[in-house]
Amino acid sequence: MLILRCPYCGVSGEETEFHAGGEAHLKRFGPGSSDAEFEAYLFQRENPKGVHFERWRHVNGCGKWFHAARCTATLEVFGTYPAQSTEPPADLRKAISAKRPGWKWREFS
Amino acid sequence: MSDPATPLNGAHYAGYVTIAEAAPRGMITLRGDLGDKGFAKVVKAVTGLALPGQREFAAKGDFAVAWMSPDELLVLCTYDRANAVVADLTAQLGDLHSLAVNVSDARALIEITGDDAREVLAKLAPVDLSPGAFGPGQIRRSRLAQVPAAFWMTDTGFQLVCFRSVADYVFEALSTVAQPGSRVGALV
Ligand SMILES: [Zn+2]
Repeated sequence: MLILRCPYCGVSGEETEFHAGGEAHLKRFGPGSSDAEFEAYLFQRENPKGVHFERWRHVNGCGKWFHAARCTATLEVFGTYPAQSTEPPADLRKAISAKRPGWKWREFS
Repeated sequence: MSDPATPLNGAHYAGYVTIAEAAPRGMITLRGDLGDKGFAKVVKAVTGLALPGQREFAAKGDFAVAWMSPDELLVLCTYDRANAVVADLTAQLGDLHSLAVNVSDARALIEITGDDAREVLAKLAPVDLSPGAFGPGQIRRSRLAQVPAAFWMTDTGFQLVCFRSVADYVFEALSTVAQPGSRVGALV
């Protein structure tokens, strides 16, 4: 069971109050992109054991989308941050490094 | 004006707490930038209430205002005046990016009253309802069994609002967990 804190309404709620929305920080490739880029955008996903970044929605609550960083092995939630972020905030990355030294996820570390 | 047909037809259940449909109430969804001073000014002018802070619920006279999200309020007023209040809000908000809609008939309002109201609600919602964690002046949007709902405290218990389409489900779920003999007594 995950306990997530919604960055918009400040509620710390358990998982069933939220809905998972897949991998975070995907870059969309549409018309005009190469087949390889489009395929990667559509199908290629991280599947880490450890640090992972996801999109979540406070569906039974304020209704807002946000980002969450968590560990897939221990279900520890490192932090959440607004949807209007193109990358994990620096302070959150630092906090994760303190707990999981040397972590790497896509281009972030 | 014809009498409003409420979702639960005034349903009432007496268990170890009482579950009852509330009298018809005006309910308005008001969306806009809560950080905008002009927006707060209009809310104050129309309802007499200051903009509530995050997850706050404030009531005064016929009006109540609840914080639903950073860009949404729930405004409560008398049922008969809801359309007039919407018109007033819309006129005063003018060009400000905003939206006011009368949702009185799209919602159900249910009252949970009695000493164990906290416990009955806690059986269905994944929320810490101990007095230290939740009290008067707050609103909580959450899940009630399988559907979304929002609730706040009154002098005698809780008022809960849910979508009209799931009013029966919510009433039955609350009645079921309020059955005599099912008191847990762990929440004080
Ligand atoms: Zn939220």
